[in-house]
Amino acid sequence: MSEAVSALAGARGSGLVELADAGVTGMITLRGDLPLLGGALESVLGLGLPGQRQVVTGQRGQVLWMSPDELLIVLPYAEAPGVAAALSAALGDAFATVAVVSDARALITVTGAQARDVLAKLMPVDFADFPVASVRRTRAAQVAAALWRESETEWKLVCFRSVASYVFEALATVAQPGGEVGLYR
Amino acid sequence: MSHRLGTGGRLIDRARPMDFTFNGKTMRGYAGDTLAAALLGAGQVLVGRSFKYHRPRGIMASGAEEPNALVGLGEGQRYEPNQRVTTTELFPGLKASSQNHWPSLEFDVGAINAKLWRFFPAGFYYKTFIAPRPFWKHLYEPIIRRSAGLGRAPDAETHDADRYEQIYAFCDVLVAGGGIAGLKAAREAADAGKRVILVEQTAHFGGRAVVDGLEVEGQGAEAWVAAQLAALSSMPGVTVLSRTMVSGVYDHGYALAYQRIADHTPGAEKPRHRLWRIRAGQIVSATGAIERPLSFAGNDLPGVMLASAVRDYVVNWAVSPGKSVAVVTNNDDAYRTALALHAVGIKVPAVIDARREATGDLPARVRAAGIRVIEDAAIRHVEGGKAVTGVALCRFNSDGGAVIETLSCDALAMSGGWSPVVHLWSHCGGKLLWNEAGAFFRPDPARPPLGADGKGFVTCVGAANGELGNEGEAPMLPVWLMPAQASYDLRAKAWLDPQNDVKVSDVQLAAQEGYASVEHTKRYTTLGMATDQGKLSNINGLAILSDALGQPIPQTGTTTFRPPYTPISLGAIAGEARGGIFQPLRKTPIYDWHAARGAHWEPVGYWRRPYCYPKAGETHAQAVSREINQTRKAVGILDASTLGKLVVKGPDAGRFLDMLYTNVMSTLKVGKCRYGLMCNENGFLSDDGVVARLSEDTWLCHTTSGGADRIHAWMEDWLQCEWWDWKVHVVNLTEQFAQIAVVGPKARALLEKLGGDMDLSAAAFPFMDWKEGHLGDIPARIFRISFSGELSYEVAVPAGQGLALWERLMEAGAEFGVAPYGTEALHVMRAEKGFIMIGDETDGTVIPQDLGLGWAISKKKADFLGKRGMEREAMVSADRWQLVGLETLDGSVLPDGALAPLPGKNDNGQQETQGRVTSTYFSPTLGKGIAMGLLHKGPARMGEVVQFQNASGGTVAARVVDPCFYDKAGEKQNV
Amino acid sequence: MLLLSCPCCGVTAEETEFANGGEAHLKRFGPGSTDAEYEAYMFARKNPRGVHFERWRHAYGCGKWFLMARDTMTLEVYGTYKAQTTEPPAELQAHIKARRPEWEGF
Repeated sequence: MSEAVSALAGARGSGLVELADAGVTGMITLRGDLPLLGGALESVLGLGLPGQRQVVTGQRGQVLWMSPDELLIVLPYAEAPGVAAALSAALGDAFATVAVVSDARALITVTGAQARDVLAKLMPVDFADFPVASVRRTRAAQVAAALWRESETEWKLVCFRSVASYVFEALATVAQPGGEVGLYR
Repeated sequence: MSHRLGTGGRLIDRARPMDFTFNGKTMRGYAGDTLAAALLGAGQVLVGRSFKYHRPRGIMASGAEEPNALVGLGEGQRYEPNQRVTTTELFPGLKASSQNHWPSLEFDVGAINAKLWRFFPAGFYYKTFIAPRPFWKHLYEPIIRRSAGLGRAPDAETHDADRYEQIYAFCDVLVAGGGIAGLKAAREAADAGKRVILVEQTAHFGGRAVVDGLEVEGQGAEAWVAAQLAALSSMPGVTVLSRTMVSGVYDHGYALAYQRIADHTPGAEKPRHRLWRIRAGQIVSATGAIERPLSFAGNDLPGVMLASAVRDYVVNWAVSPGKSVAVVTNNDDAYRTALALHAVGIKVPAVIDARREATGDLPARVRAAGIRVIEDAAIRHVEGGKAVTGVALCRFNSDGGAVIETLSCDALAMSGGWSPVVHLWSHCGGKLLWNEAGAFFRPDPARPPLGADGKGFVTCVGAANGELGNEGEAPMLPVWLMPAQASYDLRAKAWLDPQNDVKVSDVQLAAQEGYASVEHTKRYTTLGMATDQGKLSNINGLAILSDALGQPIPQTGTTTFRPPYTPISLGAIAGEARGGIFQPLRKTPIYDWHAARGAHWEPVGYWRRPYCYPKAGETHAQAVSREINQTRKAVGILDASTLGKLVVKGPDAGRFLDMLYTNVMSTLKVGKCRYGLMCNENGFLSDDGVVARLSEDTWLCHTTSGGADRIHAWMEDWLQCEWWDWKVHVVNLTEQFAQIAVVGPKARALLEKLGGDMDLSAAAFPFMDWKEGHLGDIPARIFRISFSGELSYEVAVPAGQGLALWERLMEAGAEFGVAPYGTEALHVMRAEKGFIMIGDETDGTVIPQDLGLGWAISKKKADFLGKRGMEREAMVSADRWQLVGLETLDGSVLPDGALAPLPGKNDNGQQETQGRVTSTYFSPTLGKGIAMGLLHKGPARMGEVVQFQNASGGTVAARVVDPCFYDKAGEKQNV
Repeated sequence: MLLLSCPCCGVTAEETEFANGGEAHLKRFGPGSTDAEYEAYMFARKNPRGVHFERWRHAYGCGKWFLMARDTMTLEVYGTYKAQTTEPPAELQAHIKARRPEWEGF
């Protein structure tokens, strides 16, 4: 059996923060009217519908608010095709789109007390206004990324697969010791 | 001579001496010194030569406004030219070298220019080197460029050893300047619970107050500053940064601040500079004021310094610029310098005051100290060569003809009054008012720079707002030239802009020659255009110009203040974007395999695609030919993962695609593929690709590699902004799949060998069909399409299994003679088939009909994007250039882009042409050069021989042929 | 560098997250239109010195297009609104009129 590999092949980095490839991760893009999608989410995954720029976490995975008509489900890699099929079935003939995008992305975890200072070196985001369980789509250096906050010190960043090594290297570069800032204390 | 005093110096630590070198000579300073203080402390008065005349120059100021003392700093990978010694903190082992001199600082051949000063007036270069025209490019400019310029550029082969970074920050209030006014503003905002960033460009807070020993809120300035800093640093939401300069203020509260983290500790494992990209609700400019020099003959000699700078050196670093220091002024403030010098035992032979009388409190204290005050007097000229030896005085209101007295001194402190630093106010459009009493421009509070809400977002406080704290002092006397009616000889030695060597006489000449606009005069004379941007020269120059034009200063106005306030490093601007992360490099899932096989790369947007895979000893051309031959004879595989893959789904998807493509996609049967063209509303071809219908309501649109994001955005634009009631979703799945083209007579055999659940036989899987299933155990979708004319399949698998499939194909294909091939083989093979390539055959002015693609344009559809544009007169004209194949008579390869000339010239005097080459290659299949081109009425001219220009100025004859050179009947792909 | 507020995802962010799409509220003229209509649609732009309605896409964010009323002289932003409309909302027009009494209206 051919095993899927992640773009970063388990890369790790250590500096002002800990960086890690989260490995292959299941992701499903849902497009459609959010209340409609919410019904399918509830029935298939038991997950509630996130509010604007919010993340809902449950037993079987997470669901992220991506735009007024788009959600991203994050779950174990192997479960993505089955869940996508179940969601499609639950949505029936309704105008909605379910697409597995697990392989199109890379997922990087950024952990540490200085994570906000490090992320602020690449992302034009005000981290003073970024509570746990919220998500922000923005720019990481020169590419698009989505970032969400798992806890006080743990963040997840998702980017396109093709630029995974660019993003990882950029993070590792600005996380080098000596680059302490102290902006977010 | 300048020297270190025996005691004092509030910023230095005498217990920590530091050795450094200047022009190879070892000198000693102390921790806390700037390089300027250390040089002066070591007796080094002469620090450089000027830009144009190579005049000897010394240190004039004590901060960012310094015009003269620029040095080359460091060496090798840390060498940097044009560094101001006044803003360079001393560190052990610092190496500095002076600039603009040859062979040595003390003896400089270029100084001959100074002897010829009469021949170098304003606009000299423009006037002298204009004719004959060709001489400029080949003779004058190269010589002038070699002899002019400031420091030497770093060696192109060295790479900056340091790292740099940027950070995005947000605050309610950004305070620029850590003097008393800045600290007060920061404290006030912080006390109100605001998020505050306070930055100070030097290593120390307090500004002038701590130097002049003033009292603040009933406390000594030093203690007050320390208390404020301690309080601010402990408050949440307050960020205090020293060694950080707000370099520019931009739209909507955006500001850049330049933090010099490690300039004073080179080699530390830290970023050298950090550029702060700050978005602030309000910006408080507490940037203080800069003292103006006075314009008199010889005011640029080493030893002539700003009065405030002299005070800084004495108080901060215990350095005196001389043993005997005269003071010249038009205001009371400079008397503080006389007192400061007197207090440390330095002789002050006199304070020379241009005013009729000096009656204030400060002059009284100076007189009480036994220092002579000479009223109604001026410096006629400064005596000395490489250093001041004395000053000759005359009456202020005179032409300087009569010397009233000559004073012996080895340094001169001058003060022409103060100018608020209004740069940050002005950067984004804040307007200025002329203050008559102080003779300076100050911010006009009624006309601030406006933010997103339409309200002002910059305020100035303290000296930056024109509040100089000189209440109770006698009025200053505006003095723009000293003596007031100085003769030409004196004016021609009175420097306005010492960095760019602009004199009073130059500005007067410009006015005389008709330069009435301050912006034009600036460019003509180069006044204020040096790296210091005229911090010292601006007002003095304006005043001279206004006087010459016979109009008041506010009517002349000021030049535009532009960021950065002082130069910032290119490293800080680049931030992390250098080396491997200079720009994003997009990698396909098979990238590492290609790299390991020595692929030669072709950039396609941010992607890197293998151009070819040269084997040992093979040229790229040989590799390309081998890859083509192997593919056409056996089987080749191509990493086509970069192809755009957009899923379009919904009840209105068919209708939507019918609008986007020129042909009909709604009638495509599920399971089938169709080639389609997309045009913009001009009718010009924009993208092409194969569309597959996946289900009743779902299509998969392939785009070009470079077009995926653009076409995705194009689709979203129409769906969101024009047809927002249509029920269509677009999902960009480009990166979800690795896509591999398996091409050649053995392609089917190779795929069948991998096994799986799909029937790949010709009968079950005809051309332009697609199937979904497994190849071995890998889930795959296979499209039977061909861009090469061969039997061909494009296999899409989840990206995470792309490499696995590729390796299996290589392994299983060994027995068939499989070869990986790159983009060049792809291009040659498509050209052999006469297939167009977006970006080669198209250039944004080509409609599908030009390319013989009329068959792909629906006649039945009432509308599609570009249909109206194609109906325009010029588009339906019979006179268009159209696609043909081209075969050289001698078998050679036509130059890419070659034009086919016609006799005669067009209205612009250019050669008339009738066509051009759009794609040209050596075809290994045919053993000769083949090309495609656009030719006037081309398809009607089959068989005709047309001349194309070659690179050596001659022409090459090519026969017009059908663009399909290979297997026109399509027998190879339909097997 | 402008600061923009996306009405689709509620984010206020700097210009580098967005892509400008030129003048808003253009009316498309396709087949059957006169040359003058087509020209107006394709090429004639108001390019005003003052109040301007323009298209922006939150390209690095939620991906949605929205419209913005902005003053090209002062860079004042009067407001942003959803792209799915043929004219600026009445309250926005009233706000602009209040800020710029000399504005001739949409």
